[in-house]
Amino acid sequence: MKNIKDISPSRTPMREQDPKIRAHNFQEVPLGYSPEEARQEAARCLNCKKPMCVTGCPVNVNIPAFIELVDQGEFAAAARMIKKTNALPAVCGRVCPQESQCESKCILRHKMEPVAIGRLERFVADYERENNLVEIPAKDPPRGKSIAVVGAGPAGLTVAGDLILAGYDVTIFEAFHKPGGVLMYGIPEFRLPKKIVEKEVQYLSMLGVKFEMNQVIGRSITIQELLSERGFSAVFIGVGAGLPSFMRIPGTELGGVYSANEYLTRSNLMKAYLFPKYDTPIVIGKNVTVIGGGNVAMDAARTALRLGAETVTVVYRRSETELPARAEEVHHAKEEGIQFKLLTNPVALHGDENGLVQSMTCIEMELGEPDESGRRRPVEKPGSEFEMSTDLVIFSVGTGANPILTKSANLELNKWGYILADENGRTSMDGVWAGGDIVTGAATVIEAMGAGRAAAKDIRKYLES
Amino acid sequence: MFKILKKTEIAPKIYEFIIHAPEIARKAFPGHFIICMAEEIGERIPLTVADYDREAGTITLVLMQVGVSTTKLARLQEGDSLYALIGPLGHPSEMGKFGTVILVAGGVGTAPVYPIAKMLHELGNHVIVIQGARNQELLFWTDKIAAVCDEHIITTDDGSYGRKGLVTEPLKEILEARRDEVKYVWTIGPAIMMKFCAKTTEPYGVTTFASLNTIMIDGTGMCGGCRVTVGQKTFFTCCDGPEFDAHQIDWDSVLKRQQVYKCQEKCSMDRYVEEYQKTVDS
Repeated sequence: MKNIKDISPSRTPMREQDPKIRAHNFQEVPLGYSPEEARQEAARCLNCKKPMCVTGCPVNVNIPAFIELVDQGEFAAAARMIKKTNALPAVCGRVCPQESQCESKCILRHKMEPVAIGRLERFVADYERENNLVEIPAKDPPRGKSIAVVGAGPAGLTVAGDLILAGYDVTIFEAFHKPGGVLMYGIPEFRLPKKIVEKEVQYLSMLGVKFEMNQVIGRSITIQELLSERGFSAVFIGVGAGLPSFMRIPGTELGGVYSANEYLTRSNLMKAYLFPKYDTPIVIGKNVTVIGGGNVAMDAARTALRLGAETVTVVYRRSETELPARAEEVHHAKEEGIQFKLLTNPVALHGDENGLVQSMTCIEMELGEPDESGRRRPVEKPGSEFEMSTDLVIFSVGTGANPILTKSANLELNKWGYILADENGRTSMDGVWAGGDIVTGAATVIEAMGAGRAAAKDIRKYLES
Repeated sequence: MFKILKKTEIAPKIYEFIIHAPEIARKAFPGHFIICMAEEIGERIPLTVADYDREAGTITLVLMQVGVSTTKLARLQEGDSLYALIGPLGHPSEMGKFGTVILVAGGVGTAPVYPIAKMLHELGNHVIVIQGARNQELLFWTDKIAAVCDEHIITTDDGSYGRKGLVTEPLKEILEARRDEVKYVWTIGPAIMMKFCAKTTEPYGVTTFASLNTIMIDGTGMCGGCRVTVGQKTFFTCCDGPEFDAHQIDWDSVLKRQQVYKCQEKCSMDRYVEEYQKTVDS
């Protein structure tokens, strides 16, 4: 057992691109650990007998075991240890909110900085991939049953990874022309390079997972037909949330007004940031406003900056403490020069004669009594309206349930239109599971993966008992 | 998948494609649309289904070559495949036995009008089609349309074929003479034409459907780029439409939203023409 006194109180820092430089390119912001840095950080792990960190991980990665392997310099073995319960370690090492999950449970945090679990996860996954050490693990013997997964996002990829290893035949149906879901269309290149997503998807293909792209389940094929005509024994639905919300204020129909979904999909999936090399265009704003304070808002703001904006302002109706985005994202955004107009809400957008947005009227807010979410409710300050000049407005104020699939199947929905499922993802339809944003509403990548994991386990229970 | 079985230039720069897409063909109805991509670096383009053959497993698309994306699609040959194709998307057209219906088709809008007219005709409606084009050269499918309607009026802007003038003129005349007979009007074509058709039918109080072809990315309700204001409320063309009550549509914002990428489209086209010329030269 290590002595806590011998442990460095602060975590090994990870090098990052200089904010002034990175604000103008789409390359990844953090540069990753070197093998030496990784081992140095791994040495900080106490290898607790009762590792609390594992309980903080929605897919229960055996964290102390993989970190011990890093400590011993067995990096590829460490990656394989993670992959036993997490098919997407290079993704999770980058986009999981570790500070509120595994790292928040690290025993060290009472006295010092917790072990940088996320950075180590990222390091081993990158090490294994970059050194061509990816191995195909042994699969259970074929069980002669096939599973349909609807949606190739984090939840669906997790279900597919788990069930293919368990000996099932798995086919993923995806509406877009590329697999990855939000990892491809939502999260920008500078936070999650698309090459890495492609590699993780490729790993699943190597395991034998089949992909049917361009399939809008509910339209070209229904859930019922997957079970009856296509002969699948079970279906998992992980189609994500969908329908972006716009505020009910005048002017949202103007040109130069986007939902964050559209703005990010244009840039990330359709690669509008490489226009005209890629055909999909995107409005380039000089003075960009992003409405909302979540991670998606930070992604949109930082994308706008990289696309050449002179100023990017995040407008959020509550104060800094209530910002829903991860602290790290806010920090990165500020470093790059994103401005924050807090306690402010838009009330109207105004356009020019061509129907393009040119300014916005905002109102100042103050915090009142806590609302049902426990956060203090923002209230308008009467008479505090002011004008802001802006030629690109991006709404990142949440999404609603997408009705395309749910309307075509006989699934019980909650009052917001999301699929009703129990803690194992079982829906009201026999043989059909669901997980991720289409059940919970917008959440994180790893929460969707956790739901996928639980559903995969329950699908096995259902088919094997 | 999505192999082009037959390609025909049915008018200058207007192409008809018959595409192998059995799953879409099986589920398609008049009014549905699809989204397609010519190649990996291409745009996602919505097109209304112009016909389908469930037994042959094919769908028919008609497109007019305008910008880079439609040029890339237009350059695909028989035997080539589309890079991506999804559908059927949106709601099908309202169908039933209504009595007399008028379908106003403008330019390339003739293609999506065809399956609607065909089904309405099969259902026993008295189908009047007003088919308009700029000139005779740009008219297509006149025989196909004639076979699925009871009255067929053709107009050209320059009078080179049929009646000289705009589609709104015969539309107004029919409504003036036979308002009580007409149950529904459909209008499909350029947004400006649909706007004026809506203005023409509004005083007569005839329910009029317009099929919108807005800019969109996914076509499944995710991006919201296709939003349109109908009766003061925001709708998504992809999952609430593509047909809406033409009298309630905020046409001016529809027209303006079509122009948002005008500069980029020109830049993209100039670059494409230049690159294409280089490959042709070498």
